[in-house]
Amino acid sequence: MITATQKPIDEIKETISPYKRVLVLGCASCVAECAAGGEKETGILASTLRMAAKMEGKEVTIREKTLDRQCVKDFVVQMDDIIDEYDAVLSLGCGAGVQAVAEIFPELPIIPALNTEFLGETRDQGFWVESCVGCGDCMLYYFGGICPLARCSKQLLNGPCGGSKDGRCEVDPEVPCAWQLIIERLERFNAMDRLEKIFPPKDWSKKQGQGPRKIIREDQQR
Amino acid sequence: MRRLEEVLKSGKFAVTAECGPPKGADPEAILKKAELLKDKVDAINVTDNQTAIVRMSSMAACALLKQNGFDPVLQMVVRDRNRIALQSDVLGAAALGIENILCLSGDHQSFGNQPQAVGVFDLDSIQFVQVVREMRDNEVILGGDALSKPPKVFIGAAANPFGDPLGFRVVRLAKKVAAGADFIQTQCIYNLERFKKWMEMARERNLTEKVYILGGVTPLKSAKMAKYMKYKVAGMDIPDAVLARLEGVPSKKQAEEGIKMCVETIQGLKEIPGVSGVHIMAIEWEAKVAEIVERAGLGPRPTKGK
Repeated sequence: MITATQKPIDEIKETISPYKRVLVLGCASCVAECAAGGEKETGILASTLRMAAKMEGKEVTIREKTLDRQCVKDFVVQMDDIIDEYDAVLSLGCGAGVQAVAEIFPELPIIPALNTEFLGETRDQGFWVESCVGCGDCMLYYFGGICPLARCSKQLLNGPCGGSKDGRCEVDPEVPCAWQLIIERLERFNAMDRLEKIFPPKDWSKKQGQGPRKIIREDQQR
Repeated sequence: MRRLEEVLKSGKFAVTAECGPPKGADPEAILKKAELLKDKVDAINVTDNQTAIVRMSSMAACALLKQNGFDPVLQMVVRDRNRIALQSDVLGAAALGIENILCLSGDHQSFGNQPQAVGVFDLDSIQFVQVVREMRDNEVILGGDALSKPPKVFIGAAANPFGDPLGFRVVRLAKKVAAGADFIQTQCIYNLERFKKWMEMARERNLTEKVYILGGVTPLKSAKMAKYMKYKVAGMDIPDAVLARLEGVPSKKQAEEGIKMCVETIQGLKEIPGVSGVHIMAIEWEAKVAEIVERAGLGPRPTKGK
């Protein structure tokens, strides 16, 4: 999933300050899972902003709504009927959500309330960790299911650098060395021979070739 | 033939040393350091923004050394340049007469004085070795475009026998050799026993017949420095006994003890089958290299063309 964290409240207050009627818009997908922009967080943020406005003696209307997915047009258009009531939308979607809403309502400022972080997994309660860079050419098979691009600090494809010590990364002793993990897993599968070959330079054109990447599937179009 | 290559091919025990470029634009700083190494070593490595701290570019410093009659080894890290810039700089280095390139990953940007910089790592060090070899031997860049003139450089890579996991360290060495490394300079050796074990594994895979291995040494100036390196510097293996030995002498005599230990390590290295030379990294202590070389019985150095 896509993970995110909420921006500092002062930054949010500053960016919505020109507007009198603000819709605080949550997203019930990824950002709900990472407790940053779901229905609950949206309600708390809207209340906080209402309370702050009241204390500062500002006359503003702040309402809240949560869509199933901000990044999918079919869900965003559900707001067609109510959008005219607002001067701005404060989106608790990820960066994709914010832009999808802006695409559909081009007349309205869509302001982000979150910092989008990474593609990751929920490892434990309150603990999310990055595990994928979305490179467009998955190599996990070769590396025993551990991605060195996402998890090695130097994105090395040919084994650990000299800074791997006791299974830890030189950058931070809290960080496990991705290559230690790769080697342990491949040893378990008796597949260390996969690492004997030299992996060629990564084809980054699959990630950042020519503008934003697209997927077009005619079989899915109607 | 390139001087370092010449010494190694002749079977003589090679000696290289290291100079860090200044944190400024003064050419004298690097030349002054190199002057201390004159005729004491076969080649001088010039570090590339080591510990991710901004310094005079390694390429410029190498060009200065070359103009002044030294044989530089251009260290190039993949942290700061993508494949376009790396290949371009390899050609530029060769055009400037630089004959040795050491291909490295580089210390992570978070360690230095620009922690907000993007880490490029478009190629890794092994891929970089392979790219330079292709440029030199097959006269092509990545993707196959031909070069008008290939860079005739002697290709080096680093190895850390003290990193984990030990079993994979030799696989990584083998990959560097397969990629095209002509010589290897290792991380500083304080744990000679572990180094011997690593060398044994290298010999078992016949790697010492395919690549020249120069053992890395750094003289310790004090117990304080030893402690710092033991606990704070990534990839370093300083056994307790080494620290204890330094702590066992009064602080005024620790520098001399450090030199003595360094000389002993070099003498130990000379006895290990497959070790072709020593790389002396006297960090901001270049003045002591001559003495270390003399005391280790490595002087005088063979002169060019002999």
